[in-house]
Amino acid sequence: MTLTAPQRTPPAAVPVPARRKRPPKEFTGTRTLISASDLRRGWRRTAYWAVLAVVTILFVLVFFFPVYWMATGALKSPAELVSPTPTLFPRTFHPETYATAWSQMRVARYFANTALYALGGWAIQLAVAVTAAYALSTLRPVLGNVVLGAMLASLMLPAAALLVPAYLTVSHVPLIGVNLLNTPWALWLPGAANAFNVYILKRFFDQIPSDLIDSASLDGAGPLRTLWSVVLPLARPVLGVVSIFAVIGMWKDFLWPLLVLQDPDTQTLSVALSRLSATSQVPQNVMMAGLVIASVPMIAIFLIFQRSIISGLSAGAMKG
Amino acid sequence: MRKLTDNLRAYAFLAAGLLCFGLFSWYPLVRGVLLSFQQVNFVTDPQWVGLDNFRVLFADPLFVTAWKNTLLFTGIALVFGYLLPFAIAILLNELRHFQAFFRIAVYLPVMLPPIVVVLLWQFFYDPGNGLFNAILSGLHLPESQWTQSPRTAMLSLVLVSTWANLGGATLIYLAGLGNIPGELYEAAELDGASVWQRIRHVTIPQMRFVLLVLLLLQVIATMQVFLEPYQLTGTSNPDTITVMVLIYRYAFTVNNDFGLAAAMSVLLFLVLGLFSALYLRLTRSAAD
Repeated sequence: MTLTAPQRTPPAAVPVPARRKRPPKEFTGTRTLISASDLRRGWRRTAYWAVLAVVTILFVLVFFFPVYWMATGALKSPAELVSPTPTLFPRTFHPETYATAWSQMRVARYFANTALYALGGWAIQLAVAVTAAYALSTLRPVLGNVVLGAMLASLMLPAAALLVPAYLTVSHVPLIGVNLLNTPWALWLPGAANAFNVYILKRFFDQIPSDLIDSASLDGAGPLRTLWSVVLPLARPVLGVVSIFAVIGMWKDFLWPLLVLQDPDTQTLSVALSRLSATSQVPQNVMMAGLVIASVPMIAIFLIFQRSIISGLSAGAMKG
Repeated sequence: MRKLTDNLRAYAFLAAGLLCFGLFSWYPLVRGVLLSFQQVNFVTDPQWVGLDNFRVLFADPLFVTAWKNTLLFTGIALVFGYLLPFAIAILLNELRHFQAFFRIAVYLPVMLPPIVVVLLWQFFYDPGNGLFNAILSGLHLPESQWTQSPRTAMLSLVLVSTWANLGGATLIYLAGLGNIPGELYEAAELDGASVWQRIRHVTIPQMRFVLLVLLLLQVIATMQVFLEPYQLTGTSNPDTITVMVLIYRYAFTVNNDFGLAAAMSVLLFLVLGLFSALYLRLTRSAAD
């Protein structure tokens, strides 16, 4: 599979000579359910603008307003936040609430934990998936297909099925006999057993012309050198998409960290927020600030990488 | 000899993957099945107890309740989380303006950490001073107890989950809709098909595959619902306890009985495995 955006007909951007009544260029794109010419005239034109306005307002209210409420809620005074007549704009501003959450609710600690887990998990996931996919795609050892099949079979396992036995395994790893509970490894190692990554990377490596790899080895490059200087540079876009989804996945994960990180000092932001919400010691506005801080990295990633995320999602779900 | 070194080298590259998958995917799978027939107490060795765990399960009134609740959640979530994104996608595909804005808006909740969404909605749902009841009373409508009444609890959980997740399905549908050839709609229109008939006879048949895949994904995901009931209604509320919450409860809170939890996991796995196998078969054959 390729993780590029699905093929779309480019919108007709032919320059039209300036005439007074030229149709807006939005109405000349790809044909969909309702034809563009229908939308250009008469009552349908009015209806279109009405629907567009309603949908826009609804989307702002439904999808943006809760996030706005959260970010401004943290700025309000505790009394204003729970007042029976909610206010759209904070009457008084308390930006120090964010500082309180950061230091007194120890969000700083949990934030650092989560960042460490996400970045370490990303590096390990990538290292494991790249080496495995490269071995299966290019080096092709005996029984390689059996290994690939067994890895892909794990995609069929719902996370739920492994929860209890995986917890027991992490608490006492066979062969090595160590207890990984409350260490980053409890997230990193199970996270690296990600068949989806191996599958995506292998499919991409399969498309690299074998001439390129052969000529590298004729030049005396060993497999590691070929992987590093020939394969990986070509795979940069795929690696990017896999990386983004790996970091998002680690940041959003809840149930597994809840089980394996029960020591409060080691907890992720998500697990800590859930635990703190159950105690009544945290004021609502401080909690709200904690929620905002937990969201900021994800929203930043989304705004920076939205194209890769949206196209990767569409391609991945259908062909994964 | 050359072949042997090549193979050894390849397996050296595979070693990390084999170790991770072996220890944290393949071994736990086997261990989970074995565990469902065992009694574990961490002091002595596990004991084989045959089908005892399953007998205890079937005798537990929460067992039936949890399955009923899970099916109810999945059912309601199908209406909201499955059909609604399709309708939204069809609508958005017709709108010629602000396309990037709509896509970002609908996917924004998916990017938020799930616990953030659930805690935020916990504030909204608060029957005393939550935003929803404030809005309802502002509109002179009767207030609701939301998650705290048996009648509305499950629906409230589905609403949160839908808000948090429908963006993914919507974007996937939109990508699918973009691939439908425009000539089909033109031909249908020439034959005098109304908008509704065009949806019925062009859009839906063309989207058959996407609809089926997302149906399976949706069922697999919602049958494993955990966070919403765990956070909003607690692990011992019979109105909303789900299979995953019960597994958690068996293993980590009330019973501390890993054998019992493993038995429940095996049952859930058997049900979900069916859907997973179907999903993989569909998508693999489409990719090749």
